[in-house]
Amino acid sequence: MIRRLGTFLLVAFLTACGGAWNDPYPAAERGRNILYTAFTERPKHLDPVQSYSEDEAVFLYQIVEPPLEYHYLRRPYQLRSGSAELPTVRRYDAEGRLLADDAPAERVATSVYEIRVLPGILYQPHPAFARRPDGSPRYLDLRPADLAAVRGVGDFAETGTRELEAADFVYQIKRLAHPRLHSPIFELIAEYLPGLKALQTQLAEAAKQEPGWLDLTRFELPGVEVVDRHTYRITLQGSYPQFIYWLTMPFFSPVPPEADRFFGQPGMAERNLTLDWWPVGTGPYMLVENNPNARMVLARNPHYRGDAYPCDGEPGDAEAGLLADCGKALPFIERVVFTREREGIPYWNKFLQGYYDASGVSSDNFDQAVSLTSQGEVTLSDDMTERGIRLLTSVSPSIFYLGFNMLDPLVGGDTAEGKEKARKLRQAISIALDMEEFVSIFLNGRGVTAMHPIPPGLFGAREGEAGINPVVYEWRDGRPARRGKDVARRLLAEAGWPNGRNAQTGEALIINLDTTPGGLGDKARSDWLAKQFRDLGVQFVVRATDWNRFQEKMRTGNAQLFFMGWNADYPDPENLLFLLHGAQGKVKYSGQNAANYHNDEYDRLFEQMKTMPDGPARQAIIDRMVAILQHDAPWAFGFHPKAYSLQHGWVYNRKPGVIVRGTLKYQRVDVAAREAARAAWNRPVLWPIAVVLALLAAMVAPAVAHWRRHERATAAEVQR
Amino acid sequence: MFAYVVRRLIYAVPILIGVNLLTFLLFFVVNSPDDMARMHLGARHASAEGIERWKVERGYDKPTFWNAEADGAGRLTDTIFFDKSLRMFAFDFGSADDGRDIGREIRDRMGPSLAIAVPTFILGLFAAVSFALLLVFFRATYLDFWGVVACVAMMSISSLFYIIGGQWLVSKIWALVPISGYAPGLDAARFLVLPVLISVIAGVGSSVRWYRTIFLEEISRDYVRTARAKGLSELVVLFRHVLKNAMIPILTGVVVVIPMLFMGSLLVESFFGVPGLGSYTIDAISAQDFAVVRAMVFIGSVLYIVGLILTDLSYTLVDPRVRLE
Repeated sequence: MIRRLGTFLLVAFLTACGGAWNDPYPAAERGRNILYTAFTERPKHLDPVQSYSEDEAVFLYQIVEPPLEYHYLRRPYQLRSGSAELPTVRRYDAEGRLLADDAPAERVATSVYEIRVLPGILYQPHPAFARRPDGSPRYLDLRPADLAAVRGVGDFAETGTRELEAADFVYQIKRLAHPRLHSPIFELIAEYLPGLKALQTQLAEAAKQEPGWLDLTRFELPGVEVVDRHTYRITLQGSYPQFIYWLTMPFFSPVPPEADRFFGQPGMAERNLTLDWWPVGTGPYMLVENNPNARMVLARNPHYRGDAYPCDGEPGDAEAGLLADCGKALPFIERVVFTREREGIPYWNKFLQGYYDASGVSSDNFDQAVSLTSQGEVTLSDDMTERGIRLLTSVSPSIFYLGFNMLDPLVGGDTAEGKEKARKLRQAISIALDMEEFVSIFLNGRGVTAMHPIPPGLFGAREGEAGINPVVYEWRDGRPARRGKDVARRLLAEAGWPNGRNAQTGEALIINLDTTPGGLGDKARSDWLAKQFRDLGVQFVVRATDWNRFQEKMRTGNAQLFFMGWNADYPDPENLLFLLHGAQGKVKYSGQNAANYHNDEYDRLFEQMKTMPDGPARQAIIDRMVAILQHDAPWAFGFHPKAYSLQHGWVYNRKPGVIVRGTLKYQRVDVAAREAARAAWNRPVLWPIAVVLALLAAMVAPAVAHWRRHERATAAEVQR
Repeated sequence: MFAYVVRRLIYAVPILIGVNLLTFLLFFVVNSPDDMARMHLGARHASAEGIERWKVERGYDKPTFWNAEADGAGRLTDTIFFDKSLRMFAFDFGSADDGRDIGREIRDRMGPSLAIAVPTFILGLFAAVSFALLLVFFRATYLDFWGVVACVAMMSISSLFYIIGGQWLVSKIWALVPISGYAPGLDAARFLVLPVLISVIAGVGSSVRWYRTIFLEEISRDYVRTARAKGLSELVVLFRHVLKNAMIPILTGVVVVIPMLFMGSLLVESFFGVPGLGSYTIDAISAQDFAVVRAMVFIGSVLYIVGLILTDLSYTLVDPRVRLE
């Protein structure tokens, strides 16, 4: 029996393993045009009205098509047509008169975005579109018995499609106000689209009466209207030029009411058949397998419109081979398989075995993947180069900073004289915290020290000498050099704390860092910070609390020094400079200005800058705003993280750029090269099995011999 | 025996209510409904109104334990505690914060967890008992000495080392099995070989030592001498008589963990990419998903109590002298 079972298992094992024994994928997938990648965090929401995180974007942006998208190759980032043409924007004053493009923002009463949807776009095949011969929906009014054997949308026998219409975009905008969906951007958009709040009140009332699906087409949303089958119009209150960037996000992608109604039927939610689990779109891919605990699979949408691969980009793209597929129809890859990897070690090893086509570089495998030249340049290690692996790097549109709570009497000041002294104290700390060393030690150099809130590559960020923070750096030998600790000590003395002691009382200066465990307060980092402060004679205390209490401290203004970060939603300096706008004060207005910084001139300039088009005038205002921040130092500007990504030589057309998220349609895989590499890198080594068996035999043999001796021995011999 | 089981089940009810209450209190001390709402809505654009709406929608706007504004039984039932915790006694776990059905998730994840836990349990038990009996057989010889040394060495090494080392050696260097992953059906076998093997090896050292101690105590009993005097071979003496008589302490440690096999193993599931229940709880704690945490704690408590009852029942099977009254 045992022998039979063993034979069966061996046969099953070898059958499954057909190629390399350690191939984690089914044999049926071998040689197919599939991209293999991994995800670490399970997506929480795939409903385009709720989804707002990077973990989800990697799936959702391939499935749904917002009206606009970013050009894949051009930098700085440039908007282009997605599922709709670039909108025409008309602005009107309070009397309804059309204003010129350069009219000041304060004169703008309404901004009208007229958006024309590209004709002929079809939705992915979906049961919600399936029709009976009489034209009625095939899967409506389903009984529980009809759903008994259903586990995914693929279990419905019939599917259908239809053309994308302007009404689908309007339907989705109404969903932002749905009381059961809790869209994360509802409040923000409602500021400019006041009809949204009124709609939410109506929907909340209706939801009480009707516990099931709510037909949003019955409700009007003032400010959003369908003009014709392929055109819709959004009327915003005032001027909000950044709204156009929101049109690149799934919040504004089309949702067909049929799909919403289909998933709203009783019994669907219990089977995880919801829009949140199975998004419906017109994008290049559709979700065909959704098991966020193990594997997510996207398959090519057979109805995709097939836009063309771009023919131009930024300098260097042609040399990098990024223009070789110019004009070819997208997407190139048939399926994308995402496997969940919670731990970095298996993820990394499977990448090295060729089972993942691309990987990030974590601190654990940094030394194995990357080496630094004597000039400090980052290059691939020899092992990686031999495998044909390529390294892609890009500075993320993000910033991490140490913020000072300006409401704190010590670092913010409470009198005019106190504020001036506090400013010098903040400047001294900004100089003393050697962020170059921090980036080098804790990030393996994967970051660019920040001079101000705007990351390099975004409009407003200057390069070279003009771009440095003159309070913290000086321009020396053609590069920024951090000012010495002597400057910091001088500023500290001017702040009333010579050598870290109160000039009057002799009391020691104590700076408290409020943080969460595992954040900046972990042992190595807090030791490093303490050393930086010690150099000034300042005592440093870490006050670590859990995330909820930390947030509470921030909301109530009870923090002193804190570490935070921000990823830009869109490539506009407004999305970073607003973090220090007075009207965003965390304590007063529950906004994003966690430092509670307030400067009248800065606020005025911000209001002016945010509605201006990019150009010299806007740059001049940004320069002034940046100078104010550098002088006031409400943050010790930390660093802009640098994303490192590795890809195998058989993957083509990958270009880093965090803002561009719908990237899979551009990528291409040389399947034959991958198969060859996998076979070469994963030849099973069989001798260890023989060695293990021999070792076992070696262990068993004396035992058997002993047992035989024991059994043959007389009682007297056993006693001996 | 029936009356005994019923009595134990009735005793379980206040224990489970207590566990529920404790979980509820501990969770709510560090994690208020406002915190949950903020976590769910995201820190970026969550407003006070948005948080309030979320709480109303999820039933977190009610009083915690006592609703003075309600009438009759509603004072007790129209509360967060009743709504979120007590209905679990009907195994109605409700939805996770992301709206997904917890019961369905548990059913889906139970299979992969059991696929690792059951073979690990059976093979581990078989290996540990066999090795322990062999060590007893070879007691006071160099085989026994080096066997114990090997067991001490094996139990001194972290299971993380076995996992990382095993993945590196077997999957990466020898390329014999996939490093991680999971597939349903028979294809799961090639993903399970390594985690099961590693789990057995990681646990066998301490188990062998424990069982060896039990068997050594048994081997000096009179009935063993009698069995030998009858002319039985040493293997028959050990595997038939000693093993049977040592079952009470073995069952005490073993039966209680059988129901817990459903709960899965966090470390093994994480490193081998197995979508089981072990990681479900940790994911829920990280995401502050109280609904999932309380469901998993409740199931853990129920399974533990069931394990204890089964242990008691198993005593009657191996020792006729034991009577449950």
